[in-house]
Amino acid sequence: MTEHSDFDQISGRTTTGHEWDGIKELNTPLPRWWVITFYLCIVWAFGYWIVYPAWPLVSGYTSGVLHYSSRADLAVELANLEKIRGDKMVALGAASLADIEKDPALLALARARGKTVFGDNCAPCHGSGAAGAKGFPNLNDDDWLWGGTLEQIMQTIQFGARSGHAKSHEGQMLAFGKDGTLKKEEIVTVANYVRSLSGLPTRPGYDAAAGAKIFADNCTVCHGDAGKGNQEVGAPNLTDKIWLYGSDEATIIETVTNGRAGVMPAWVGRLDPSTIKAMAVYVHSLGGGK
Amino acid sequence: MSFWTRHQIFEKNSIILIVGILAVIAIGGLVEITPLFYLKSTIEVVDGMRPYTPLELTGRNIYVREGCYLCHSQMIRPLRDEVERYGHFSLAAESMYDHPFQWGSKRTGPDLARVGAKYSDDWHVTHLTNPRAIVPQSVMPGYPFLAETEIDADNIADHLRTNRAVGVPYTDDQIANAVADLKAQADPDNPGVDAFSKRYPKAVARNFDGKPGAPTELDALIAYLQMLGTLVDFKLYNEKANLR
Repeated sequence: MTEHSDFDQISGRTTTGHEWDGIKELNTPLPRWWVITFYLCIVWAFGYWIVYPAWPLVSGYTSGVLHYSSRADLAVELANLEKIRGDKMVALGAASLADIEKDPALLALARARGKTVFGDNCAPCHGSGAAGAKGFPNLNDDDWLWGGTLEQIMQTIQFGARSGHAKSHEGQMLAFGKDGTLKKEEIVTVANYVRSLSGLPTRPGYDAAAGAKIFADNCTVCHGDAGKGNQEVGAPNLTDKIWLYGSDEATIIETVTNGRAGVMPAWVGRLDPSTIKAMAVYVHSLGGGK
Repeated sequence: MSFWTRHQIFEKNSIILIVGILAVIAIGGLVEITPLFYLKSTIEVVDGMRPYTPLELTGRNIYVREGCYLCHSQMIRPLRDEVERYGHFSLAAESMYDHPFQWGSKRTGPDLARVGAKYSDDWHVTHLTNPRAIVPQSVMPGYPFLAETEIDADNIADHLRTNRAVGVPYTDDQIANAVADLKAQADPDNPGVDAFSKRYPKAVARNFDGKPGAPTELDALIAYLQMLGTLVDFKLYNEKANLR
């Protein structure tokens, strides 16, 4: 390595001393600001080691003068959150559903809390406006599968329907076609009878008396003599114009043939009790609460 | 040679530069990787973790194949808003049987670390087939072909064996019965369900896609999604002892 004392007349700068066929390489060092920043970063690292957790040791690590821990920070933040929510949230947890309905401040809090949690947890199935979708009930109307009182709504949210939880709502629409209970023609007939219950037009030539008989023999156990449903077993009212899976003949035939057993998950354990209470109040307030 | 030109020693001697690079990388490796294998605070032992069942593992492979991780993370960070929305923050042990882990780094869709048991199987069937049927504002693509594609179960035992090679404790019994277990978990009426439940305690056997017949890729993916984040019982988890 030659000393780079060579001086390039044209550019007025020194060269590295490397030369190829008379062409010399200019010495262009890194900018001074860059080099200073580089060394400063090294100095910064030493400060970081002192302040933050850094070096592993034999059975632990240097935790730094701040003892920073993201989990400890989270615990502090969650405690602060509880403080911000304040006594009212505690009161909400302690109050009965009926008391919440009577206290305007608690009611407003429960609705606000319920709305937030609804968006995070319930909206994917029931829709962000709680209008539901095929197979997922609309919560805005006053047609309830498992009951629309505050207590009933809370029960459903806590333990779900066919959720596998011990206290879950049970009962399902049987698969009359798949299980061989009813023949294909019988299912078509009873489907038309079901349509007639809510005033929907029936297929020409359909035998109303036969439909009524099939209905009486197979369906009334759950749906009631008049087809008004039974919330004990989650059997929907068939005389209104609200349909969970659809009211067209093909859908009803599919329902009767293969049965239905929509699942509502249990939220107890996933959401804390006061949140579930708030949710029940919110859902109840959507318009259809009894 | 002034202080500002001292770096030229490295720049002009390739051997010194190489030795310098090796020294820096070695220190970095020793400091950042080695402690993970012995430091008590980096190894969190929790109850409840079990290897994936063959059906869940198949679902997981579909999850990877379809690139779900590009839009969905599986990592709830210890931050207030995440814990409020998704539940308890993820523990390292919860991905101990993931090869590779699916933590992800981008959330176009929501985090899925605790999506298990949050929605019904029906919801997953509808949503995976056509997300906009129930979530109108969704930008997720539909995967209707999963419902029509039967699982290729021929190589599932090999998948278990491969996972065992990298440390997942599958037993010989589990590997030998991989195909039977896969079919049993997707069909609650299958005579092999009891044996399956013995090999994978607490794993749920049911008809995930709601359709009769051979298990489909939809069965597998839903089985996988429905168990995500459900294995650790946080009632038994000692928050204070694991503060770090």
